[in-house]
Amino acid sequence: MWRVGTVVALHDETATTRTITLELPDWPGHVAGQHLDVRLTAPDGYSAVRSYSIASAPNTERRVQITVERLPNGEVSPYLTQEVIVGDRLELRGPIGGWFVWRRQQTEPIQLVAGGSGIVPLMAMIRSRASASSTVPFRLLYSVREPGAVFYRDELRTLSAEHRSVIVTYAYTRTVPKDWPRPPGRIDAALIRATTWPAHLGPACYICGPTPFVETVANLLTASGNDRDKIRTERFGPTGERK
Amino acid sequence: MGIISRGFSGRRTPTDVKLPPGQYLTTDFPVLSAGPTPHVPLERWEFVIDDGKNVLQRWDWKSFRNLPSETVTVDLHCVTRWSKLGTSWEGVSLDTLLAGIKTDASYTLVRSCGDYTTNVPLKDLLNKQAWIAFRYDEQDLAPEHGGPARLLVPHLYLWKSAKWVRGMTLMHEDKPGFWEGLGYHIYGDPWREQRYSGDR
Repeated sequence: MWRVGTVVALHDETATTRTITLELPDWPGHVAGQHLDVRLTAPDGYSAVRSYSIASAPNTERRVQITVERLPNGEVSPYLTQEVIVGDRLELRGPIGGWFVWRRQQTEPIQLVAGGSGIVPLMAMIRSRASASSTVPFRLLYSVREPGAVFYRDELRTLSAEHRSVIVTYAYTRTVPKDWPRPPGRIDAALIRATTWPAHLGPACYICGPTPFVETVANLLTASGNDRDKIRTERFGPTGERK
Repeated sequence: MGIISRGFSGRRTPTDVKLPPGQYLTTDFPVLSAGPTPHVPLERWEFVIDDGKNVLQRWDWKSFRNLPSETVTVDLHCVTRWSKLGTSWEGVSLDTLLAGIKTDASYTLVRSCGDYTTNVPLKDLLNKQAWIAFRYDEQDLAPEHGGPARLLVPHLYLWKSAKWVRGMTLMHEDKPGFWEGLGYHIYGDPWREQRYSGDR
């Protein structure tokens, strides 16, 4: 069933990424981590559909946010990040997915690991925790190319500093901020050891990012003693190894 | 037809390529799985067919690889909307694996490493429609794509082609597997666009 949402706000997260807030009178509600489908239709009836993770926490205002990164040669993402204006109507279907989700009833510590735009469904979980006033311990390890590529920077700073909702660690892969203690590089075993919940606490781990990133992090987390059954993954993009 | 998206023209797939509704063409081979990639040692690998009570057939890697295999070229359609055409695989046909088994069951539940399962009607696994594949593109199947061996049932959405298969249970009644119990369609025909439960 396709629903019509009205664009009520636009916010640029980075030079190539935009958050779109949609109002849907008949949105049935969602769980943090779920995604939705967006359908665009050309005047001749041709249509294209893509899935996007929901960025916003479940709420009662019938509003949903998605954060879209513009892909080079993309068909739908350039439209959503460059053409859409407030007042436009978009067709949506969802929410979809019941596996890569965090529910407020969960009590175990939560370890989130994001690679690039993989932060989006994890941000929905952090926001869900904050809006539910949950006291479950959350940690986020966020791997990103450079400081300018961080999504939700100010909100993450507020949530971690003022509300102590989540402990955030950044891992910059290409360019680090001035005086940053760690040289640029990918997440490795030492960083996992230093910045994620120890395995004996039995954390539920959520990893989202490009496929090679998720493979690496999932292997590091299992190698550091985390139970495979406690690791949930969401991947996007090609393997990076074979075409 | 949906509401027109102001200023959207879209990028069409060349008209000589016929794709199921709502799919787009990719030349990559994206990976989607629910958890860490298992690495299954061949000496511990097995494939078991049972009827819910008794084991009907069991193969270890050596006996499995001694079965006659086939090379097939098929199109893949993922529920996340990418399609990849003309992929080449080598595997053992389910016709071969099921040849010695007499059953009046109509459904199967295919099992993978971990808790992953998927349900497929038995008739969809027969008559040259499904394989347990162990090579892709002339190389051993990589773990992230389901190696050492995965089900290949290309006429259904790709989540039905369970990676890291370990066995299957023959059943008289249909029973949802992992994704089918989480909002995805019980059958999953891409040409009828059966993505989610509720799609006809």
